[in-house]
Amino acid sequence: MAEAHPVGFRWVMKAKERGARVIHIDPRYSRTSQLADTYVAIRAGTDVAFLGGIIRHVLETESYFRDYVIQYTNASTIINEQFRDTEELDGLFSGFNPDTGLYDRSSWMYEGGEVASAAGVREHSTESFNERTGAGMMMGNVERDETLQHPRCVFQILRRHFSRYTPEMVERICGVSREDFMAVADALITNSGRERTGMFCYANGWTQHVEAVQMIRTAAILQLLLGNVGRPGGGIMALRGHASIQGSTDVPTLYDLLPGYLSMPRAREGHLTLEDYIDTGGADRGWWSFFDTYIISPLKAWFGDAATKQSDYGFAHIPKLTGNHSHYATMLRALDGGVDGFFVMGQNPAVGSAHSGLQRRALAKMKWLVVRDMAEIETATFWRNSPEVQSGELRPEEIQTEVFLMPAASHIEKEGTFTNTQRLVQFRDKALDPPGDARSELWFMHHLAKRVKAHYAGSDRDRDWPIVNLKWGYPEHGEMREPDVEAVLKEINGYEVASGRPLSSFTELRSDGTTACGCWIYSGIYEAGVNQARRRRPGDIAAEGGTVSPEWAWAWPANRRILYNRASADPQGKPWSERKRYVWWDEEQGRWTGYDVPDFPADKRPDYRPEPDARAMDAIGGADPFMMMADGRAWLYTPSGLLDGPLPTFYEPVESPVKNLLYPKVGTDPATIRWKRPENPLHATGDPRYPVVATTFRLTEHHTAGGMSRSVPWLVELQPEMFAEIDPQLAADRGIENGGWMTIVTERAEIEARAKVTDRLRPLRVEGCVVHQLGLPWHWGYSGLSRGDTTNDLGVLTADPNVSIQETKSFTCDVRAGRRHRASTARLAGAALRGHDVEPSEDDPLAENPKEASE
Amino acid sequence: MSTGSAHTEIAIHRSGAQRMGFFTDTTVCIGCKACEVACKQWNDLPADGSVPGKGASYDYTGDLSASTWRHVRFVELLEPSPQLREEAQRALESGGGNKFPAIPASGAIDLVDAAQAGDGAADVAEAVSKMGDWVFMSDVCKHCTNAGCLDACPTGALIRTEHQTVVLQPDVCNGCGYCVPACPFGVVDRDPQDGRAGKCTLCYDRLEDGLEPACAKSCPTDSIQFGPHEELVEIASRRVARLHERGIEGAYLYGAGDEPDEQLAGGLGAFFLLTEPPELYGLPAQADSPVQENVVPATLAAVGAGLLASAGAVIAFVAAGRLSRRRPVRESW
Repeated sequence: MAEAHPVGFRWVMKAKERGARVIHIDPRYSRTSQLADTYVAIRAGTDVAFLGGIIRHVLETESYFRDYVIQYTNASTIINEQFRDTEELDGLFSGFNPDTGLYDRSSWMYEGGEVASAAGVREHSTESFNERTGAGMMMGNVERDETLQHPRCVFQILRRHFSRYTPEMVERICGVSREDFMAVADALITNSGRERTGMFCYANGWTQHVEAVQMIRTAAILQLLLGNVGRPGGGIMALRGHASIQGSTDVPTLYDLLPGYLSMPRAREGHLTLEDYIDTGGADRGWWSFFDTYIISPLKAWFGDAATKQSDYGFAHIPKLTGNHSHYATMLRALDGGVDGFFVMGQNPAVGSAHSGLQRRALAKMKWLVVRDMAEIETATFWRNSPEVQSGELRPEEIQTEVFLMPAASHIEKEGTFTNTQRLVQFRDKALDPPGDARSELWFMHHLAKRVKAHYAGSDRDRDWPIVNLKWGYPEHGEMREPDVEAVLKEINGYEVASGRPLSSFTELRSDGTTACGCWIYSGIYEAGVNQARRRRPGDIAAEGGTVSPEWAWAWPANRRILYNRASADPQGKPWSERKRYVWWDEEQGRWTGYDVPDFPADKRPDYRPEPDARAMDAIGGADPFMMMADGRAWLYTPSGLLDGPLPTFYEPVESPVKNLLYPKVGTDPATIRWKRPENPLHATGDPRYPVVATTFRLTEHHTAGGMSRSVPWLVELQPEMFAEIDPQLAADRGIENGGWMTIVTERAEIEARAKVTDRLRPLRVEGCVVHQLGLPWHWGYSGLSRGDTTNDLGVLTADPNVSIQETKSFTCDVRAGRRHRASTARLAGAALRGHDVEPSEDDPLAENPKEASE
Repeated sequence: MSTGSAHTEIAIHRSGAQRMGFFTDTTVCIGCKACEVACKQWNDLPADGSVPGKGASYDYTGDLSASTWRHVRFVELLEPSPQLREEAQRALESGGGNKFPAIPASGAIDLVDAAQAGDGAADVAEAVSKMGDWVFMSDVCKHCTNAGCLDACPTGALIRTEHQTVVLQPDVCNGCGYCVPACPFGVVDRDPQDGRAGKCTLCYDRLEDGLEPACAKSCPTDSIQFGPHEELVEIASRRVARLHERGIEGAYLYGAGDEPDEQLAGGLGAFFLLTEPPELYGLPAQADSPVQENVVPATLAAVGAGLLASAGAVIAFVAAGRLSRRRPVRESW
């Protein structure tokens, strides 16, 4: 965090000054490790084993926060009889179909009911476009055993599931000594409970694994067992890879989400009309029961007067998903000639995406490419200086891709908001005009949209309806005709259609077309016509609860700084402890009150108990803080919502030098997306040619793929060259000298780097053998002031089935002394250039079911 | 704190002006180098390239120079040589005494083995746990009370400002270079292009506009604090006391709070909180201006050494007195 989030780390240092104990767990000793109280070296990709070990320890020693666990989680909920755990099926859950590599999740359900995941039906396609599994609304009433003794209650399932994750097993898998493991476990336990809380912070070291979602789930289970959710000083902080990544998932740039975490409708029965979509997307209990207002209001914002009840609010005209259209699936489609053009904004896939050589070859198959950036990044220059061009595999004169490089304004040259991991939306003003033709994203999209609209004006073709009817009335100002950013903010906030009055909260949203709102969770950010995100009033920090600073910017939802903060009070509504008081029930006033905005219906009494047939928010009891869930409970066990299991299970990384000790028969996660193609060769587990574990990392001095930093001389001089961190033992073994050249080899590529022989990486003893880990910064590419080989050339394309994230934090490789002898990606030249001979991607829905997707 | 400047100094006087300075607290430095970049950006200093061959360090800057006025030094503690590593391993395996010869500092710090002043042994477990450890420290011109550079400057390019800081006026500097060896800290350097000297101005221009210096402004953890010198010394001494309470007994101030006859260059306008011996940070244990007025005996020995070269040579008089042990701060002030 000190390394990649130095400004955010300011607060960790402040917490440390106030007595917080900081533990850093990472394969590599970084600036963060130096500043932590405890550093633990771990084998890359084994986090589920490590955290699972702590879960087991917490359960076996009964160190969990019992009252919290019983009252606020689904620990007591009984799971149906069909469910089988990985402990029973050698590493598989019940419902696995080996032919499709997918789970039928019907056997994971609660006894007595089906449940919807928090944000409706979440499953999206993996390698193929699979059918729904029947996870839907909660039907009937679940059964619970509050003694936690029932063999099929979540608590007992959890205990059995992690029973073999012993400290000894953690040591053998992760390479973490029992002492270090116990020290971390004890520190967590000591800093949890009524009087204390502990927090997890993670960054891309967790998210860039095929087990990413399950790693974070493991942390969530642990935090729930320890009572560290919804309470001050608790929680799980997702440190993102880029400023405002949180914002770009809230008002999403993701293919499978609509604003406010509504799932993107699918091109199939049940999603084709608005009514069907609401029926399958909403829940009839809990907060998601307002789903209809959350989808109708944005339709109203987008299509204005054309969005009427008669036109189904234009729902039929928004795109429907036909399959996996995530970045990697799209690039593979492009490689097969299936993508004409591409906008690249604030991204540099030629350097930043896994298996970059494949990315660049895919770019070369497109007809046009628009790159908006502050520098001429590699994605814009691939056609003239990429390794593929250097090797002669691609010839500039034969590449048909027409590249448009559009200069972009920097963050200080435009106004707008950043949303951070706490969901705090902070507005920033423009400091100066962008130079030359550089423009903001908003300017670009606004003027592009205007031109597209002008092009289609007057068309009465049905398919042009969404463009013709797109409401686009943002005022412009200044010589550059910059659109009014606050007009956009007002639309995101929502307004009353008739009067234009900005809404004060999403509770004002209606499903009858009288309100418009771009993103329901942001409703209130423009309350009373005031840009709440621009507020800079810290308040009296010294006062009790003063550090909440509710008037500093604005947090979604409803300016709540801690989600589910009703959990900071006990079931009766009293703070768990005076020290950790945050939100509580005021009997006199008959309301929830506290330092923060209560994340709960303000007047719902703690002793309210719903009738069995209660629906919507009436179904949420006064002691059920997790009101986004249909059962009001936090889920230790997730009956629906995830594709790869209701509980996290330790699987080895897709590429690993060692076998899976816990589940030798399965080894790696069977649900992982593996794009099996000749250009995407995967190293088998334990392949003796690739014995070294590589993990990628970032430096403070550079930013992501280098577009913003390798073009700045002051930053380049601080970290001038691509290097690799290697432990002294491996270096000695391969004759690699500190400061000398070394080459890193995979089946995909070979890259060269300067060797940093350092104890910051230590060989780990794993199940009797020594595993060496290599640290690779991924900032370099073939353009810019500082050039160097691209770490991501080495990677393989695989993905987590839930979110399609690649595994760049753990893959296998080999190292040798000296420089590479040929272009970095030359070894795949034959495979990648087979062009139309390549068999259709297994992922490609067009290939699999052409009828379904044709117009 | 008295900061009476020498009569020979060319100085700007302004009534009501206070001595301003930096307090750099290495215990909260995260090594992000934001100060280095902010300094270069504000002062329009060129990127002057990287120093190769700094071991496995992330420090490619190397030293302060005419175009680098802030430098985040990465102190690689106890990065062991293979031989010492072997010895450590043997000692660990034999369990004999739990001691082995202290591992010398390596990397860029070309100074005498700091541990030589000690008992020649270190706790094995501690040493092993410290392998590869870093300490980060943002170095800068010290703005000395008795500024050797200022004393040596024949042209009046170096002046004392109303903030008691030492500023070099590039339009007056003739590039004679006398200031370079006169600085006991190796701060001042000449630009290889035009020969003129350059160093930190404590952002004199920003101060005139009521702004804090660029480096302090950019520091995310307040490792660099800027303010009236007197207040900073108070803050710093409270900080040292708090660190001692927390068991970090090695914390001490470098350049502030010393007895009058032990002050480094008469006291530093930019002083530091350190936890390791000064040499590990490339700082001399003793620092006097060759021609300062309140000459102390040890200074005589420094004249020859000081003229020889920069910081590297300063170590020659380590043996002369002040030493490289961690010095607890005095509580009297």
